[in-house]
Amino acid sequence: MYNEKVMEIFKNPQHMGEVENYNAIGTVGNETCGDIMQITMRIEDGIIKDAKFKTFGCAAAVVSSSTATGMIIGKTVEEALQLTNKQVIEELGELPPQKIHCSVLAEDAIRAAIADYESRQGK
Amino acid sequence: MEKSIYLDHAATTPLSEKAFEAMKPYFCEMFGNPNSQHVYGREGAKAVSESRAKIAAAIGAKPSEIYFTSCGTEADNWAVKGTAWQYGDKGKHIITSMIEHPAIYTTCKQLEKYGYEVTYLPVDGEGFVSPEELEKAIRPDTILVSIMFANNEIGTIEPIKQLCEIAHAHGVLFHTDAVQATGAIRYDVKELGVDMLSMSAHKFYGPKGMGALYLRNGLKMEKFITGGEQERAHRGGTSNTPGIVGMATALEEAMSTLEQDAAYVASLRDRFVEKVLANIDDILFNGPKDMSKRLPNNANFSFRYIEGESILFSLDLAGISASSGSACSSASLDPSRTLLSIGVPVGTAHGSIRFTFGKHNTVEDVDYTVEQLVSTVRRLREMSPLYHKK
Ligand SMILES: Cc1ncc(COP(=O)(O)O)c(C=O)c1O
Ligand code: FES
Repeated sequence: MYNEKVMEIFKNPQHMGEVENYNAIGTVGNETCGDIMQITMRIEDGIIKDAKFKTFGCAAAVVSSSTATGMIIGKTVEEALQLTNKQVIEELGELPPQKIHCSVLAEDAIRAAIADYESRQGK
Repeated sequence: MEKSIYLDHAATTPLSEKAFEAMKPYFCEMFGNPNSQHVYGREGAKAVSESRAKIAAAIGAKPSEIYFTSCGTEADNWAVKGTAWQYGDKGKHIITSMIEHPAIYTTCKQLEKYGYEVTYLPVDGEGFVSPEELEKAIRPDTILVSIMFANNEIGTIEPIKQLCEIAHAHGVLFHTDAVQATGAIRYDVKELGVDMLSMSAHKFYGPKGMGALYLRNGLKMEKFITGGEQERAHRGGTSNTPGIVGMATALEEAMSTLEQDAAYVASLRDRFVEKVLANIDDILFNGPKDMSKRLPNNANFSFRYIEGESILFSLDLAGISASSGSACSSASLDPSRTLLSIGVPVGTAHGSIRFTFGKHNTVEDVDYTVEQLVSTVRRLREMSPLYHKK
């Protein structure tokens, strides 16, 4: 049910783990299925220097988390906030309809991490 | 795919060669409608009647007590709805369990919309229905108790004889869904005492789309599939002659080697369970711990901190086909009702996998699967925000 690209990423997900001395962390749960994603980032001068994810979820959640994390590294915080699950799905080609909700996890986790960063900055 | 190991025999089994051969002539040569009054029809009718006798013999029934259906689900629907319709003026209360297959469970849910009341009995931590709970649930207006013979997810073998005796002591009819049990456990319907019993051919190396309902002689039962005079006017629809022949051949074959096959399959399963428990921590082994009280082919585990679909998909990539009791494997996102009923927490239930062995599996299959499972679980746990190395 998954395409080649998704299968390849699942076999070998990138950006998995936890960033050392991260200064942003976001953990979100998926309301639809109870799955969980965590993203950690090192943000310097408004730029995401590094980011890593951890996921308790299905293959679609793992793959979209990995892809979304890759898409925001090197981007500014403002750019990262623009990222939507639609862009992640476009990057992957497609996801089965019942797996669309899984890609929302990454988007939400990124926003949560940036909110965490901003609160640490006292904004 | 280089390797391909099938560990999903509770979902379906490959058709036996013998059954396949037996079915072949009934497609193109002896294709007659068994109800037709000519030589073609007589050939078909003979095949159907011989098959009925074989199936009856396999379960200790009389041929006149076996009715062919299009699948196990139809047999279950017939038993429940047929009873509800036939005896609805006596009462509208039905008792079943929380861990029934959807063929029973959703049928009961549907009847609730039409004025029937259903009690879904809870089960204990290993999936057993309690005879005391059943006795307490019976009311003057109870017309049917339907409890599965063996559970498809966790393999629990219910105390059918005992449960049936309780129902009968209160004058209530008893049905059992023996779809997983038939061909895996030897039983005799007369000894069990059940009034109705469902089976399905594709679970015992027979063809898909073939089931049967045992209806005790003398039991009045409303029709479910109305139509022609087939199945002694109890079930309309032209008989699926090749399917019927395949089903009977497969069951006869399964019964002839049942004890050897069950012992072999159980030995693979036991080796698997032992190795998994020895090599992976933070897991639950779901279902009866006493292996004699579970289906010989069944093993079911919950792997904490990781999610079922990811496990299943990783195994699939390694050439291993198993099944997940978890939400994410199917269109439905709810975790398994059976696992929740035995007390597995929701999050943990999500990380559950069922392995069901078959007679074509080997010791090598078991060892390779354990190896792959160990590395998969390790890899996914490294990925999981819930897992913290000890
Ligand atoms: C316990 C049980 N009941 C009923 C069924 C349905 O049988 P069938 O697939 O023939 O409709 C199954 C098979 O999935 C089952 O395991
Ligand atoms: S993240 Fe839960 S089903 Fe995909």
